[in-house]
Amino acid sequence: MDDPLILSRIQFAANITFHILFPTITIGLAWVLLFFKLRYNATRDAKWMGCYTFWVKIFALSFALGVVTGITMSFQFGTNWPGFMNTVGNVAGPLLGYEVLTAFFLEASFLGIMLFGTQRVSNNIHTLATFLVAFGTSLSAFWIIALNSWMHTPAGFEMIDGKAHVTSWLEVIFNPSMPYRLVHMLLASGLTIAFLIAGISAYRLRRGNDVPEVRAALKTGIYLAALLIPIQIFAGDAHGLNTLEHQPAKIAAMEAHWETSGNVPLVLLGLPNKETKSNDFALEIPGGASLLLTHNVSGEIKGIDAFAEHPPVAPLFFAFRIMVGVGMLMLCVSWLGSLQLWRKGRVAKPLLWGITAMSFSGWVAVVAGWYTTEIGRQPYLVQGVLKTADAVTTVPASMVGLTLAGYLILYAVLIVAYIKVVFYLARMACDGGKRMDEDKFSSSAVVDVVEKQ
Amino acid sequence: MEASFYLPIIFVGLMGLSMLLYAVLDGFDLGVGMLISRADAAERETMIASIGPFWDANETWLVLGIGILLIAFPLAHGIILQALYLPVMIMLLGLIMRGVAFDFRAKARAEHKERWDRTFCIGSAVASIAQGFMLGQFIIGFSYSAIGIAFSFLIGFSVCMGYMLIGSGWLIWKTEGNLQLRAIRWARRALRGTGVGIVAVSMATPILSPDIFHKWFSFPNIIGLAPIPLMTVALFVAMEVLLKRLPRKDDHWSWLPFALTAGMYVLCFNGLAFSFFPMIVPGQMTIWQGASAPEALWVILFGVILVLPMILGYTYFSYRVFSGKVRDLRYD
Repeated sequence: MDDPLILSRIQFAANITFHILFPTITIGLAWVLLFFKLRYNATRDAKWMGCYTFWVKIFALSFALGVVTGITMSFQFGTNWPGFMNTVGNVAGPLLGYEVLTAFFLEASFLGIMLFGTQRVSNNIHTLATFLVAFGTSLSAFWIIALNSWMHTPAGFEMIDGKAHVTSWLEVIFNPSMPYRLVHMLLASGLTIAFLIAGISAYRLRRGNDVPEVRAALKTGIYLAALLIPIQIFAGDAHGLNTLEHQPAKIAAMEAHWETSGNVPLVLLGLPNKETKSNDFALEIPGGASLLLTHNVSGEIKGIDAFAEHPPVAPLFFAFRIMVGVGMLMLCVSWLGSLQLWRKGRVAKPLLWGITAMSFSGWVAVVAGWYTTEIGRQPYLVQGVLKTADAVTTVPASMVGLTLAGYLILYAVLIVAYIKVVFYLARMACDGGKRMDEDKFSSSAVVDVVEKQ
Repeated sequence: MEASFYLPIIFVGLMGLSMLLYAVLDGFDLGVGMLISRADAAERETMIASIGPFWDANETWLVLGIGILLIAFPLAHGIILQALYLPVMIMLLGLIMRGVAFDFRAKARAEHKERWDRTFCIGSAVASIAQGFMLGQFIIGFSYSAIGIAFSFLIGFSVCMGYMLIGSGWLIWKTEGNLQLRAIRWARRALRGTGVGIVAVSMATPILSPDIFHKWFSFPNIIGLAPIPLMTVALFVAMEVLLKRLPRKDDHWSWLPFALTAGMYVLCFNGLAFSFFPMIVPGQMTIWQGASAPEALWVILFGVILVLPMILGYTYFSYRVFSGKVRDLRYD
């Protein structure tokens, strides 16, 4: 472990993995909060405001974690990958710049009003602030996905003296994989938050907190999940076909498809073996992969042998299956839940338990999905343009290792603290009707700001 | 004039502006973070409430400042951040600790609150010292010799004092009663610390950096530069006199310590800018050598011109919404 490349990759991966957990929550949750708020405005039913005040606390916590880990990212481009900006800075710079300028300040400034401003501004301004925060989080996703997609399917540039120069900003931003990736990620965020809301609400119901507010939130979560999951499966499939067109080596590794051939089986499970270039203990559906990817049972798909450079097979194979597996589970649980809600108006006890267990399932799918796509781009940092190894820092490995250890410990503590606090907030909310006014979270109600005059 | 000549100047100016706004805005909340170690439980609630609506947006100025360095001067970003690798990582750990502690403290179990408060305070101090340390390293052109490290820690100390001064100024402005009185005392102490720091730094800098010595003490620079130290001294005297007389009846002038401290920050920034312009990496690289291609800079500048006024507008709006004194309702 004395290689700065592998240590820098682990460090960056650790940071970005930890970071993505929180934007995934805030992007989706911001829109759900707007939904709660609009429902309240329309019905004036206190249960919707109850939903809002409970979930806005989790939003604030997630947002804070997103901000501080995001600051880390802006520094690590320079500390870990100086070659990245040197080579493609003319493309990446403006995209990152627009994210900060158009999105970060918008979210961060109106967040204060959204969290603490209920007493200080009119209801309409507060609704507007909620909308602007939601809009800001999605706009931020737009810019960062544009850049990430460009790293997978670069377009709209030319190389002059080893540096990328933009020829068309439209082609850079709306590069071939960008629309697919953006839709896939926004849906993933929606699903993550749908299951978090459903899971925490189910937890509260199981603890006997059977109040309209909790039922409304549970219903919102389950119906949202049931609505989004089929769209997500469709969008994921479209994204896969897009990847087959632009990054075929990634698909070959995801499917553990070693030799170019027709009538390719779909490997459901197995152990990819890079020594024998085959899969041990494989459970296969004959012709399945050909059917999925070419829509023809005998369609030819390029295998790993067709590519001089290809990503490692096993991590992609497993990460992809974890993502798809969680997705299938989400489909079953959310549709079963919807069916029960529709037929009986309530969710049965065993399913409530299952939904609670799936509170953070979105995180698993999102991280597995990102690992699939990011490891799938290796050995390149920017597909076909810049290799990861050529962008790495000159900082000594010992220093990278030291700081990596520090970060890993901190992240482990924080993730445990975060999950514990989310459940703790839920238990606090269960403790009777006092919760509305006592409200000792944040500074919102503890401290009000009083005009001087 | 060539775009490749003036665009880098515009961007280094924008970067300076972001860093200055960061130092003033996040400076006060980092300062308040360090000061909570001296406050009792009730005062802590008020102090933390006073920065609650703002700190997220305040830290965004750092992202913008570093972002401009990254996108407008990518070569310099790589050199500077690799040279400052360890202090950067430590600063980030500090910022993460304080940011999460801020939100956890109010949501976690009551018996854990003390621990999160300590994390908040330590994180604020670590981030402040690391920022000063980085500034020190930048001034002497990145040297990890014993003297270089000592000098950098000296700047780290000065930055801490400066943040506590502006943090106290913020509290004097936003609080009342006993806490305000204590904040005035904290401000007086921090003012002395800041003064010692600035004098020591101003003496050590030209000794350690021959370039700066030459810039400061050659004719006619010395005449053009003289107003900066003179005005800084004037602000210190005004602050000392003012703090002795606060609080006034009807809370007059309570905003002034904050404003005077911000004035000192502006002067220090001007001093730094004058000392280094046009170098983006001292002794190694000018802003023109380190800049991105003009076509990329135009694209960003277009966005900046369009969006920066809006950002300033809603930042102002947010501070207006939360204007006036902060109070702890539970005790009323």
